[in-house]
Amino acid sequence: MSLDKVAVKNIASLARIEVRDEDLDGLAVELSNILRFVEQLAEVNTDGIAPMTSVAHLELPRRSDQVNDGGYVERVLANAPEQQDGFFLVPKVVE
Amino acid sequence: MSMVIQGETGDWEMVIGLEVHAQVTSQAKLFSGAATDFGRPPNSQVSLVDAAMPGMLPVINEQCIYQAVRTGLGLRAVINLTSVFARKNYFYADLPQGYQISQYEQPIVGEGEVVLDMPDGSTRRVGIERLHLEQDAGKSLHDQHPTKSFIDLNRSGVALMEIVSKPDMRCPEEAAVYVAKLRSILRYLGSCDGNMAEGSLRCDANVSVRKPGEGLRTRAEIKNVNSLRFLQQAIEYEARRQIDLYEEGGQVVQETRLFDANKGETRSMRSKEHAHDYRYFPDPDLLPLTLTPAYVSAIKADLPELPDQKKERFVREYCLTPYDAGVLVAEQANADFFETVAKGRDAKLACNWVTGDFAAVMNRLGRSIEDPPVTAEHLGQLIDLIADNTISGRIAKEVFELMVETGQAPAVLVEERGLKQVTDSGAIEAAIDAVLTANSGKVSEYRSGKDKLFGFFVGQVMKNTGGKANPALVNDVLRKKLEG
Amino acid sequence: MSPTQLTGMTLRQARDGLLKKSFSAVELVESHIDAIATHSQLNAFITETPDLARAQAVKADERLARQEGGPLEGLPIAMKDLFCTEGVRTTAASRILGNFVPPYESTVSANLKQAGAVMLGKTSLDEFAMGSSNTTSAFGAVINPWKRRSDPEARLVPGGSSGGSAAAVAARMALAATGTDTGGSIRQPAAFCGIVGLKPTYGRCSRWGIIAFASSLDQAGPMARTVEDVAMMLQAMAGHDPKDSTSAPIAVPDFSAALTGDIRGLKIGVPKEYRPSGLSSEMVKLWDDGIDMLKDAGATPVEISLPHSKYALATYYIVAPAECSSNLARYDGVRYGLRVEGKTLDEMYAKTRAAGFGTEVRRRIMIGTYVLSAGYYDAYYAKAQKLRSLIARDFQQAFELVDVILTPTAPTPAFAIGDNDEDPVTMWLNDIFTVPTSLAGLPGLSLPTGLSADGLPLGLQLIGRPFDEETLLRVAGVLEKAAAFTALPPGLGG
Repeated sequence: MSLDKVAVKNIASLARIEVRDEDLDGLAVELSNILRFVEQLAEVNTDGIAPMTSVAHLELPRRSDQVNDGGYVERVLANAPEQQDGFFLVPKVVE
Repeated sequence: MSMVIQGETGDWEMVIGLEVHAQVTSQAKLFSGAATDFGRPPNSQVSLVDAAMPGMLPVINEQCIYQAVRTGLGLRAVINLTSVFARKNYFYADLPQGYQISQYEQPIVGEGEVVLDMPDGSTRRVGIERLHLEQDAGKSLHDQHPTKSFIDLNRSGVALMEIVSKPDMRCPEEAAVYVAKLRSILRYLGSCDGNMAEGSLRCDANVSVRKPGEGLRTRAEIKNVNSLRFLQQAIEYEARRQIDLYEEGGQVVQETRLFDANKGETRSMRSKEHAHDYRYFPDPDLLPLTLTPAYVSAIKADLPELPDQKKERFVREYCLTPYDAGVLVAEQANADFFETVAKGRDAKLACNWVTGDFAAVMNRLGRSIEDPPVTAEHLGQLIDLIADNTISGRIAKEVFELMVETGQAPAVLVEERGLKQVTDSGAIEAAIDAVLTANSGKVSEYRSGKDKLFGFFVGQVMKNTGGKANPALVNDVLRKKLEG
Repeated sequence: MSPTQLTGMTLRQARDGLLKKSFSAVELVESHIDAIATHSQLNAFITETPDLARAQAVKADERLARQEGGPLEGLPIAMKDLFCTEGVRTTAASRILGNFVPPYESTVSANLKQAGAVMLGKTSLDEFAMGSSNTTSAFGAVINPWKRRSDPEARLVPGGSSGGSAAAVAARMALAATGTDTGGSIRQPAAFCGIVGLKPTYGRCSRWGIIAFASSLDQAGPMARTVEDVAMMLQAMAGHDPKDSTSAPIAVPDFSAALTGDIRGLKIGVPKEYRPSGLSSEMVKLWDDGIDMLKDAGATPVEISLPHSKYALATYYIVAPAECSSNLARYDGVRYGLRVEGKTLDEMYAKTRAAGFGTEVRRRIMIGTYVLSAGYYDAYYAKAQKLRSLIARDFQQAFELVDVILTPTAPTPAFAIGDNDEDPVTMWLNDIFTVPTSLAGLPGLSLPTGLSADGLPLGLQLIGRPFDEETLLRVAGVLEKAAAFTALPPGLGG
């Protein structure tokens, strides 16, 4: 698969990473090379093979329904770039 | 209830499917030990996991699995013994991880059904496509500041069941009845409190229209409908919009639309259209969830009587009409109240009282079944007094009002106020004689064939006895005297 | 004892010295703090915590005096800056977490603290552990203490991603260190720096509080100068953690007791596919020598086949970026870390993430985003997970025939900073021998067994059955003794 500028721009937008227009071409080449490298997998017949879901062959552990966490707003907000009245603040979202 | 909409180019039919998000009743969140209570100070019920701090990991709450399985069984659905949690990736300010842990290809519950009791007494079956567990997002407040949105993560990570119906509904009323029935089942199970105002039950509607007999056309998803009334309005508006669009030669685009309750219309959410690619993949922080058949059957054996079964039993045991039974069982507390009243008594009479005068007074006074204006025991005693002819039905209404006012037992009120029915045939005979004597002209008219006057005589007798005369006895004696 | 003698000891020797009161924990820690200063040009640490270390050393001496010391009481170690440490800045070597101070302590670092270990500071790594050279750190490249004989001026990479930890242990700045390994990030830098590194079985150590790169692959493990030291470290780090759903509820054996020195009768697997034509003759010789050493000790070499291993790199470079693209979505400038203001929320995200992540991280996020996107999932991610099943099955079948597998750790010795930078895929080839183990979740250990012609350490990798680190350590102990690798980086007495 060879990616063009438009595809790279779309990926960057999905990943929320700003890419300058002048960098798109270079990035397209780079990402295309990587895709070509990983596409060697296509040559392997994987019919009837189940995808690995976890290397740990365990049961999913469960917690009991007890409140034993939270209640420490100061720890939650300690590293916040912007906060007020116990809330995180972000640029206004217009819906 | 019209299933068909007249358009300029002929008849149209609505196709409606609903996605209901029901908050799982649990103490702690789906993947963390933080509390789920409503209305607490911002970010006070947030663990480091819920805030998606670096290196934090999810561990599932067993109660949420239990509730999902119970709900699945309550919806007569297939329980999948293996299900997989997947990440739904998207960016939003109140989605701390940058993904929602949900279930995608392998949900915990598969196909099931909900039976709707329609107001005309008929029933409709609506298929359930699936039920899956997922995390709720946090809350964004947009009105606190001119240029900022405020983020509260208290809801972040709360367990939701997303219950997806098949596109089996054909009119807004059915959609509303479906949500009401689903809510009733969830409340019976105790797996969701069903509180739409607090957001523990939320509803998105997928609406399309088509010419009868056609396959499915493009649908729009309407978000943010937080009451049954709005749900119906939104569907009605949206269907009409789509019909108009088609009839003007346009096309419906698949999109997410927001219902504006103030304007009563839906509008496109352009923000949601932007790159709608959730990049689902199995969450590598979790393993597949496996359930044993024994676990599922133990839950099944422990299920409470659900609305459909209760309705069936009420029809069978109490000889109620399916409609009356359906009304009574919608809320478990109402059904329980009814059963207390009806036990060992005339069930039809009990039903009439509970759904009639009692319900009316409760409404008028703004009381609830948990805090009733008259206890079930007292209402039962009132029915006993009617049944053993201590009072007449008419007097009973008077006694009932007194019960509401005073909270006293009906027998006490009847005794104190002398409302006991007169069943002494001598006394009734005397009263009748007095009426016939005073109205001898009318007696002649009656005897010459004016049958209708019978009611007049009964009325006079009742009036003169202060309504306490036993109406059946009055009828009996009066007829004999007039014809004798 | 002289400061160099104090820093030159093994972890085990230092523990014995403390128990015999030959020196105090304060002296031991102080000499390491000095060593860190001496070797500051290696740039091994992102954050040094000397005051914290001194305070811990004082406490350790008190506990030792009361004979209440833990198994690692008073022993100074370094912590990879991927482990969240309460109150101590934790960066993942990224600008995006440049000012992040966790209000919590990772399970593994807490376990070490509980065992009495003293933390000297947070070591550098490739940004978010993505790399094999430690050159992608936002805090600058780490320099390998080893030098080429032919070109002592060349600055060599320590390997990555746990390059800071490897350099710190090799340069005697710490007795041992923690690492994490996703595709070779403990084993390859251990090989490049001439030390021992162990990636345990996936699930052996808790991932709670370790900044995630690829959740299904990440695993913490020890880096130290001897097999025995690695066993001591793992003993403290390992254990079931109910806060990590993928942590194995399996008892932790006595790893040191596994070092019996007796490997008679064991079968050593030698995968025929791990001899690509381009493998250097000195690497082939190192491997063959290793096989002979184990044979001499009474083990039997058995040729095995791991036919799908050749697809491991391609598989890895789908799975790991996919998981990373999702794991790193939380770095959005809302709750912690860097924020670059924008007019809208999306603009803030895009600017923050462009400025906060380095080139390699951005590249992997974008690859991962692409392979998971609609229409491509089956061709890439689902396909890769199927390959992973095949790769794991190969190992499973091999372990029906053999007890451990012996391979080179990396195809080359340490390269110079700047080499392999132009093409990411060439850089990734460093992990060709370590990635298959990671994909299968198996334990892998690298230990130095010889020097290249140019005087650089070379390592061999041992791979074991799931949760059989004991056999791995037992064989490693024998190989270590037979190889008698005693070389030291220049300037450290070697």
